[in-house]
Amino acid sequence: MSDLTNPVEPFLRSDRMPHIWCPGCGIGTTVNCFARALIESKIDLEHLALVSGIGCTGRVAGYVKLDSFHTTHGRAIPFATGLKLANPKLNVVVYSGDGDLSAIGGNHLIHAARRNIDLKVICVNNLIYAMTGGQTAPTTPGHAITSTSPYGTCEPAFNLPHLVEAAGAVYVARWTTFHVRQLARSIAEAFQKKGFSFIEVISPCPTLYQRRNKLGDGLDTMKYYKEKSKVRHGAPTSEAGLTMTGEIVVGKFVDRDRPDYQTLVRAQLAESLGDRFVEQAEMVCS
Amino acid sequence: MAKGRVSIVVERCKACGFCVEFCPTKVLALSSAFNSKGYHPPHVVHPEKCSGCDLCGMYCPDFAIYGTKVKTVGAQEVDDES
Repeated sequence: MSDLTNPVEPFLRSDRMPHIWCPGCGIGTTVNCFARALIESKIDLEHLALVSGIGCTGRVAGYVKLDSFHTTHGRAIPFATGLKLANPKLNVVVYSGDGDLSAIGGNHLIHAARRNIDLKVICVNNLIYAMTGGQTAPTTPGHAITSTSPYGTCEPAFNLPHLVEAAGAVYVARWTTFHVRQLARSIAEAFQKKGFSFIEVISPCPTLYQRRNKLGDGLDTMKYYKEKSKVRHGAPTSEAGLTMTGEIVVGKFVDRDRPDYQTLVRAQLAESLGDRFVEQAEMVCS
Repeated sequence: MAKGRVSIVVERCKACGFCVEFCPTKVLALSSAFNSKGYHPPHVVHPEKCSGCDLCGMYCPDFAIYGTKVKTVGAQEVDDES
């Protein structure tokens, strides 16, 4: 082998490779983009923490060589919120799947967006509960066949960018695993924002979603993303709903500024307490 | 002279084919050889075409491939990163 090493190798726990993700799964690609965004944006890794929940994407916390935490199901955002409030200097990234963030953790997602807590949320959306055997998720598009809906899903699906925009996120973008460079740039951009940033990444699940719906393997899905995705920056998120084989609207939808939770708390306390208000001392971990 | 070089970690590969499909200059192809897990890893078929863009490295879900730019100093090739 050559004397060179993979540029993302310093960000990975190499002893745990190969990872558990199936051949053709896109989660590894998103981790790759995330690592490259960290390299590009020159973030101080000492002040970065990654929190993930349960599910295939929840495994990311175990594979990255950062301060990371693998939380209980759906509670990635509450853990991250606590982490951020206790140590405001930390850059906190929540890296989880659609089932974890929008189903069992849906409540936390909308309230973290409403409060505008300074978190970077990367949601890998494979349109299904993958780790538990391919059940219908809140993001499963209509008519898709899953293990709990053998005749096709009849429920309307969540449009996640629309949901978090309505709840108050300051940065909302969507990419697919095909858009690697754009995704890396988007993650780097989110690090520059103060407030609740949400990046949805559409990813193939060849083992459960694509196989049951006869949509081919991971590579076929990537070709579908290439063919059917349309970059529309600033598009109204209400028009960004997903269907099974239709167009995928991608791009940066929302980039706005709103005071984040800690700014509001500080302002409120300073106003109410006046001279008695003391800034929180810097947290020192030893 | 090739502008880049591809390095492949054969044992990590799961043969998804993303790198082969999305290489802009079509440097790679899946080989007929197996790795120890029974997958067919890619191999370099047109090394002279590689531009070192590292797009294969960005697409790879298994961190098994990466491209590096090669600087040419006189007749001697020097790796960009070293």
